[in-house]
Amino acid sequence: MCLAIPARVVEVNGDQALIEVLGVRHAASLALLEGVQVGDYVLLHAGFALHKWTAPEAREQEALLQEVFAAEENEPRRQAAGG
Amino acid sequence: MATKLQEIHELAARLKRPVQLMEVCGTHTMAIFRTGLRNLLPASLRLLSGPGCPVCVTPDRYLDQALILANTPGTVVATFGDMLRVPGRGGSLEAARARGAQVQVVYSPLDALQFAAAHPDRRVVFLGIGFETTAPTTAWALKEATDSVPNFFVLCGHKTMPAALAALLKSGEVRLDGLICPGHVSVIAGARIFDFIPREFGLPCVVTGFEPADLLDGLVRLLRQIAGQRATVEIQYRRCVTAAGNAKAQALLAEVFEPCAADWRGLGPIPGSGLRIRAAYAGRDAEGFCPAPPDAAPDDVRGCRCGEVLRGVLTPPQCPLFRQACTPDSPRGACMVSSEGTCAAYYRYT
Ligand code: SF4
Repeated sequence: MCLAIPARVVEVNGDQALIEVLGVRHAASLALLEGVQVGDYVLLHAGFALHKWTAPEAREQEALLQEVFAAEENEPRRQAAGG
Repeated sequence: MATKLQEIHELAARLKRPVQLMEVCGTHTMAIFRTGLRNLLPASLRLLSGPGCPVCVTPDRYLDQALILANTPGTVVATFGDMLRVPGRGGSLEAARARGAQVQVVYSPLDALQFAAAHPDRRVVFLGIGFETTAPTTAWALKEATDSVPNFFVLCGHKTMPAALAALLKSGEVRLDGLICPGHVSVIAGARIFDFIPREFGLPCVVTGFEPADLLDGLVRLLRQIAGQRATVEIQYRRCVTAAGNAKAQALLAEVFEPCAADWRGLGPIPGSGLRIRAAYAGRDAEGFCPAPPDAAPDDVRGCRCGEVLRGVLTPPQCPLFRQACTPDSPRGACMVSSEGTCAAYYRYT
């Protein structure tokens, strides 16, 4: 639920958005975040965007994740519910 | 990363004494185990897990209520999957479902609200569990339901971190040198909610991210503060966290919820550590119609030591049931069930 993976916003319709995470599209709510636009990267939790990443922040997050994926080839990454 | 690890070893050697740090958040506990970081740290540096797994700290009374609701004809309990297998005094929701109780697993309050809208003939009760990160999503659903979905309700078990941490630190039961503070709680509430920790308890805090590089950086920052005899709240997780947090989510939280006393597994009742639904939304509050569960034996009657694990005074292998009577397939306590539970982390990774 608490994906700390940069989710790219591909469609905005009021408070509703379509986001793309690792190539898969999901519906998400923008009700908890101001000023989200198509092309932004957001942090998702339980179906809601909670934070907007600047482009360099999103790249940093992605780079850190790639390190993890490279180190954990054999183990599927598990994400947990939100503390 | 190697240089960060080196610095951790140098700082720990320079301190010449054992150092105990607490990672408050269950997601940190899991990340620390998954990355194998524990095995790379100096022996003098000990990481303790804190009360930051939302499912784990939910007390038995709440589970009792969820079971009563799930067994009430015409009522469906909608919940995050983590709650399903927690063994309560009356068994788990999963076991109840196998016997015909109505339990629907959802990934978001959005799903629960949609489910309610699609089933107007049933009363849908969402189990509102979680800290500052999750509570605003429930707040949103409560507000949204008021106009459009009359059969949507919430059993509110949301909790907030500061008062619980204050109670834990005040008890003096564990000696700590610093805290790895939760990253995603801080996205919403802001890092400033931890300011009281250095001020009142003299302990350094670093709000840390969840990737290996974040964790190493967080530890280095904590050790530098300890070595320099400083104590402040530092934000390591800069790409997500500010001092002030997410104002829109905070406003929604304040509109729908008000602070209240809350009961924590392991910590007991703590004033100001929970959220309850405000009078304006009382019509959505499942407390309004859920019968009070009978007073039963206190939590942990099944020999489970979750309470002590959640306070950081016991590590799971010290529990006599760990790996014997208690495994993820046949859990005896919440800490073995949740994907963020400390016992589950020890079971999987040690
Ligand atoms: S190992 Fe099982 S019984 Fe022991 S404290 Fe953990 S969850 Fe409870």
